[in-house]
Amino acid sequence: MIGTWHLVRLALRRDRILLPIWIFFLVFTTLSTTTALEELYGTQESRALLGVTANANSAFLAMLGPLHDWSSLGGLVVWRWGVFAGLFIAIMALLVVTRHTRAEEEAGRTELIAATVVGRHAPLAASVIVAGGASLLIGVLQAVVLIGKDLDVAGSFAFGLSTASVGLVFTGVSAFTAQLSENSRVSNAIAGGFLGVTYLFRAAGDAAGESGPQWLTWLSPIGWTEHVRSFGDNRFWVLGLSLAAFVVLVGVSAYVVTRRDVGLGLLATRLGPAHGTIGTPFGLAWRLQKGSLIGWSLALFVVGMIYGSVAQAVGEMVQDNPALGQIVQKIGGADAMVDAFFATITQLIGLITSIYLVQAVLRLRSEETSFRAEPILATPVSRWGWVASHAVFALAGGAIVLAFAGLGLGLVHGLQTDDVGTVLPKMLGAALVQLPAAWVVAGVALLLFGLFPQLTGVSWAVVSASLVITLLGPALQLDQWVLDVAPFTHVPKYPDIVAGPLLWLTGVAVVLLAAGFAGFRRRDLTT
Amino acid sequence: MTSAISVSGLVKTFGPTRALDDLDLDVQTGEVHGFLGPNGAGKSTTIRILLGLLRADSGTARLLGGDPWKDTASLHRRLAYVPGDVNLWPNLTGGEVIDLLGRLRGGLNKQRRAELLERFELDPRKKGRTYSKGNRQKVALVAALSSDVELLILDEPTSGLDPLMEAVFQDCINDERERGRTVLLSSHILAEVEALCDRVSIIRNGHCVETGTLADLRHLTRTSISAELAGPPNGLTSLAGVHDLVAEGNRVKFEVDSDKLDLVLKQLVSTGVRTLTSQPPTLEELFLRHYEDAK
Repeated sequence: MIGTWHLVRLALRRDRILLPIWIFFLVFTTLSTTTALEELYGTQESRALLGVTANANSAFLAMLGPLHDWSSLGGLVVWRWGVFAGLFIAIMALLVVTRHTRAEEEAGRTELIAATVVGRHAPLAASVIVAGGASLLIGVLQAVVLIGKDLDVAGSFAFGLSTASVGLVFTGVSAFTAQLSENSRVSNAIAGGFLGVTYLFRAAGDAAGESGPQWLTWLSPIGWTEHVRSFGDNRFWVLGLSLAAFVVLVGVSAYVVTRRDVGLGLLATRLGPAHGTIGTPFGLAWRLQKGSLIGWSLALFVVGMIYGSVAQAVGEMVQDNPALGQIVQKIGGADAMVDAFFATITQLIGLITSIYLVQAVLRLRSEETSFRAEPILATPVSRWGWVASHAVFALAGGAIVLAFAGLGLGLVHGLQTDDVGTVLPKMLGAALVQLPAAWVVAGVALLLFGLFPQLTGVSWAVVSASLVITLLGPALQLDQWVLDVAPFTHVPKYPDIVAGPLLWLTGVAVVLLAAGFAGFRRRDLTT
Repeated sequence: MTSAISVSGLVKTFGPTRALDDLDLDVQTGEVHGFLGPNGAGKSTTIRILLGLLRADSGTARLLGGDPWKDTASLHRRLAYVPGDVNLWPNLTGGEVIDLLGRLRGGLNKQRRAELLERFELDPRKKGRTYSKGNRQKVALVAALSSDVELLILDEPTSGLDPLMEAVFQDCINDERERGRTVLLSSHILAEVEALCDRVSIIRNGHCVETGTLADLRHLTRTSISAELAGPPNGLTSLAGVHDLVAEGNRVKFEVDSDKLDLVLKQLVSTGVRTLTSQPPTLEELFLRHYEDAK
């Protein structure tokens, strides 16, 4: 452990911009969500109405979880922001840990450090301290902000520490995944995949309310935060689960560190073929991108199946509860509710898929900065051909991923309603109409790559903004022009599909892509 | 002789830094041309412009009779490149990378590929991430040397190779010369350039300061002489071109400008010479002189 503090300082120095942005983003969103909800639901009656409708709406339940306590403003904040805060802090923790452990090792810098007076465990310990410390700081600041809004002190801390606990668990998760592979991309993918699974378990457990498999939420660190019941029962003991998971995961990782060589992972690398079969830029891009494409397709197929299976329960929930039935009748009956559920879910699927598209486009930039584009572009491959070889994975690959999501939705829901023939094409359509909006987001990423290569990372800010505006914007009653900036706002809602917006969204995407292509053709290769 | 590469007045700036400042370079077809300079002198920048990866601010560059920025695809079919920083795809084996680059260039000589793998003692079945720096360079070298191209552009290709492999590399480049290929070899390893190159260009701060055959360049520098004479070394000090003279009895040590060698030797012979050692100027001295002048 000798040298840990030096490495902590090194990590803080390297993250001096990134970490404050994460902390500010999470704390500020807590504050702005609280302020918005305070204005929107000032009266007890409005909150009670929200409570009944929120807990009757499967789309809300799946996305945000149940609204346990609507008598206080704090309860509304927990419902509206808790799950997302957990997701975001988990992403922060896993990126930070991988960045300072496996990525460093992969780049050969750990070797440099390990040769100095630094303990074997120091790099892991330092990254855990930084990610865990940042998580706790965010949790405490969240509590402080809520207390500043005159909310209950115990509830504020219960919520702040719940959020922090997800950060801690994923600090542990990525400390462990960093030991598995020699490749930091793989470490991040495994940890991110685990995060997706925990979100899905929680979503599936919550989506059908009491009639659904609620026990699933106990399998998810994000689900645990719901069971804390902040601003209600304030069951702090639930956080013990997260703490235990954190301690076990970090302990196991520390043990693995003593059992393996620097630079290597637990998953051994084998020898490969002596001769290659790849002979085109597309062949290379396929080799580099197929893992991600297949993984995303399968993941979204499963997501589709889970939400497809929940849709049936949405109808049953209404039948079980006559009081709910009345409210539901007002919004157009059970069928309309199932439709609204699918509209929300397909939009969510579209937003998630846009992450895949951007990641596929950004592969261009990482190939460029790691000097791997250079030898390819020194062959007769044109700039255009090289960009196209990767962009096709965003553009066509996005369609494949969405089709798999639609297939999952349609197959399961179709089988449950004994009508695969009509349900499947409808669900495929509902998923695929998201494509033009996702293309626009990918277009922005390619535009940045072509014209402002140093700013390519801003693409993630664009993805986040599009997510936040689309998911939270309407409920926070943002101005219409803000909503209009997000491409997914314009996607026609299932089942009323019209061609107009799809055509002009495609047009916008084409212009962005063409500008990106042209920009790259004219610029220097940079690192 | 035609020029395979001809560059004149090339300027390239990156923000406030002027990486290339009025650079001239001429590489004749069929020669091995050494491109010498310390780190940061602009060697890689020049090469990247020749490959159409960077765009020159001003000046002209011609490569195999074409414009490196506009005619990239057709020119790249006729050349192979080994970058200074070879970074491989972590999941691809060395063999896969060699075949990929070869195919993208329009095919590679299989027999030569096998021969080169053996000479460089490279296992092509290993994954990119498990190769050391030297082995990554070997992958790029095998890919380039087994392609049937007219021009090889090598950017410090041996910086990670051990001395045994350095010798193999030199053999390979000599083979290329015999095949009639043109080679632009950027390097800061002087022994390598001295052993391989027909002509040399020395570049400093983005400007070409010296170019010519090694023989030409040696004329610009001094030969060291140490001799034991039959009598006291009279008259040496007053001769033009003699430097750093140390005389001890009948022994002398000094340096002489290469173009004054004749006169000085005549003076020595007139005194009577018992023993004489003369050392030709090394490229190292040439190099150091240029860089010391700059300081």
